[in-house]
Amino acid sequence: MSINWYKYAAPSSFYFLAGKLIPFFTVLAIIFLVAGLYIGFFVAPTDFQQGEAYRIIFIHVPAAWMSMFLYVVMALWAGIGLAFNTRLSSMFATAIAPTGALFTFIALWTGAWWGKPMWGTWWVWDARLTSELILLFLYIGFMSLQAAIDDPRRADKAGAVIALVGVVNIPIIYFSVQWWNTLHQGASVSVTQSPKMATAMLIGMLVMVLAAWMYSIAVILLRARNIILERESHTSWVAELREVTR
Amino acid sequence: MIWNSWSDFFNMGGYGLYVWGSYLATLICIIGEILMAKRRARTLRQQLSLTKESILRERKDEATS
Repeated sequence: MSINWYKYAAPSSFYFLAGKLIPFFTVLAIIFLVAGLYIGFFVAPTDFQQGEAYRIIFIHVPAAWMSMFLYVVMALWAGIGLAFNTRLSSMFATAIAPTGALFTFIALWTGAWWGKPMWGTWWVWDARLTSELILLFLYIGFMSLQAAIDDPRRADKAGAVIALVGVVNIPIIYFSVQWWNTLHQGASVSVTQSPKMATAMLIGMLVMVLAAWMYSIAVILLRARNIILERESHTSWVAELREVTR
Repeated sequence: MIWNSWSDFFNMGGYGLYVWGSYLATLICIIGEILMAKRRARTLRQQLSLTKESILRERKDEATS
C-alpha cells in the first residue's frame, strides 16, 4: 500500500484530513476520560500516606507530562518549518502552543492545590516548580512573539528560534528532582524501576494520560484548521469551501 | 467500595476542597479552550463568506457596467 504523504503537506488537503480526524479523536478522548475518572475515583484505593488527596495525581501527572511533551513536539515542528521552509509544520507549532500552555498552567495549578494540604504551602521556589513556571513563560513568549509579528512566515521563524532555545528547559524540568534537593517527590513512574504505586492507581493515571493525548490531538487539529483558513483566505480552494459558501 | 455515600465522595476524606478545586479548574480550562477554538472557527467562516459575497457582487457589478 502506498500513500502519498506529501499530499497532506499541502494545507488544503490537510484541512480536509483534519476535519475527518477530529470526531475520531474526540470520541477516544471522551472514552478514556470516563474510564480514567472511573478507575481514579472508584477503583483506585485510598493512599496510605496521603489519604484521598493523592487523587489529584490523575490530572496533575498527565498535565505535567503533556506540558513537556507538547513543548518538544512544538519545537520539533517549528524547527522543521525553519529548516525546510514547510508552511504546514510551522502552522502546527503555532496550533500546539496554547494547548501546551494550558496543560502547563493545569500542572502548576493542581500542583499548588496538592502542595497546600501535603507540604503546607501553595508554592515554593524549588527547582521542579520554578522550571515548570519557566516552561509556562516560554509558551507565553512564543505566542506573544508570533502575535506581535504581522508577516506570518517571519512570525514562524522568530517563534521557532524561541521554541528551539527553550528546549534546554525540558531536561532541566525532568531531572530537577534528581539534581537538586526539592520538596517535590521523585518520578512515580520511570523506565528503570518498577512503579512506586498501586496497580489501579497506575492504570488510572495512564488512562488519563491517554485521554489527555487524544484531547490534545483533537483540539490542536481544530486550531490548525483555523490557522489554515486564516492564512489561506486569499486562495481559491478556501473560497470554494462548502462551509464558506452560503 | 471506597465511598459509603455521596457526601463521603464529595468530602474526599477531608481533602474535598483541594481535590475538587483541582478538577474544577481543569474542567473550566478545557471547556474554555474548546469554546475559544470553536468560536474562532465560526468567526473565520463568517468573515470568509462575507468577503466572498463582496467579491461576487463586485464581479457582477463589473459585468453589468
